[in-house]
Amino acid sequence: MARSDQTPGIRPRATLGRRLDIAARHAFPAGCTVVLMLLAGAPFGIADQAALLPAVTLAGVYFWSLHRPAAMPPPVVFVIGVLFDLLGYLPLGVGVLSLLIVHGVALRWRSALMRQGFLLGWLAFGGVAVGAALLGWVLTALLSFRLLPVGPALFQAVLTIALYPALVVVFVRAHRTIADPELA
Amino acid sequence: MLPRVPLYFDPQPTVDRRVIRLSIQARQALAKLTLPVLIGLAFGLMLLGKADTLLAERARMALADALAPIYATLAPPVAALRDTIGGATGLWDIRAENARLRDENEQLRQWQSIALALDAENGRLKANLRWIPDAAPTYVTARVVADAGGVYAKAVLLSVGPNHAIRKGQIALDERGLVGRITELGARTARVLLITDLNSRIPVILENSRAHAILVGTNGPRPRLLYWPEGSTPLEGERVVTSAEAGAFPANLPVGTVHFSSAKVPEVVPAALLERLEVVRIFDYGLAGIVSPDALARLPERRDR
Repeated sequence: MARSDQTPGIRPRATLGRRLDIAARHAFPAGCTVVLMLLAGAPFGIADQAALLPAVTLAGVYFWSLHRPAAMPPPVVFVIGVLFDLLGYLPLGVGVLSLLIVHGVALRWRSALMRQGFLLGWLAFGGVAVGAALLGWVLTALLSFRLLPVGPALFQAVLTIALYPALVVVFVRAHRTIADPELA
Repeated sequence: MLPRVPLYFDPQPTVDRRVIRLSIQARQALAKLTLPVLIGLAFGLMLLGKADTLLAERARMALADALAPIYATLAPPVAALRDTIGGATGLWDIRAENARLRDENEQLRQWQSIALALDAENGRLKANLRWIPDAAPTYVTARVVADAGGVYAKAVLLSVGPNHAIRKGQIALDERGLVGRITELGARTARVLLITDLNSRIPVILENSRAHAILVGTNGPRPRLLYWPEGSTPLEGERVVTSAEAGAFPANLPVGTVHFSSAKVPEVVPAALLERLEVVRIFDYGLAGIVSPDALARLPERRDR
């Protein structure tokens, strides 16, 4: 429940600065996900760096859909999905569909997961990551009419799960501070 | 006088709520519909991408054009950091490395004298045979700015400057051997499909037996050899070079050496350092053997040159 709902009353219209602040806080989840996606493509020269992009994208969309769904609505997920397809050289639509499904799953699990600790949340994310990797693998294979090796998809799932705790540390901190419109 | 405030308990009235007055039920129903509609749109996008492959390619290269300068500016500090770390770890085994290099240098000196002798002999023989020399190919050098493969492909993105004369199908080499071919072009970037990519098929010659074979990419680090003629099995350590068959490649570009995997499958260890490409040369051999359909439309203008 929003803090303003707990103390109802008539207040003057917010100033421009405050409204900008609120808008920036609303844009933070999508913005930080996109920035992480662009960073994942930077030339770090790490072997198998391509798996970094799905890892940060899935973690971002899942975390913010779970914890701040108002700032990660389906149209935003769609746009991030298109960017994911273009940056990840996937057939168009594959990333969009997997991210929308991840978003839907996160919303469905929201009420149950909110009451659980981190470990169970991580476990649930593990399921999501494996499912998304397999869905991506099946769709890419179908759309390019060929059997693809499963190795990269599994590696992607493992990396996604392994990176999640590190990203969550940052996300949770942001969730409580700069992504919170109540603090504007 | 009444204050100018909306009379519902919403501290931040957003614009759309006041412009489109929907009942709460209608708004909730709409919100529930968004996700299924967008999932339907995702399927539509898949069909669109399948129907018009150029669309996705163009969007991708436009995005790459926009991002290439950012990645190019990021590259030097990242490389400096990597070099520092590499230098620090290199200090540990500097003695062993030095001894190894001394040995290798000795061997290479011997090879150099052999190569010079052979080169001179080759020149004499060619002069006697009235050999028509191959035209020297023109090339440009480009910096690799990013990995452009994604999870299911092996490719790199080159930054090639705004007024480049690079065309699809041109051949990329690093200082050691064949890297791949240009498959997609943007205004300032080019995408090179590596020889290790799943879709890569390259006609090659095994150097000892002069037998033809096809080098098939597997997305792994070592592409596989297929379709060599019966009786001339590839040998471990044999050099593999490109074949001029089908007019897609010039003959005798170094590709790599044969290595048998643990499953007794002949693979090729690429000569090029595909894992850490920094600069590649793009050669124009003027070949038009196998080109992509949309490059065909530009063929007449190519003949004018």
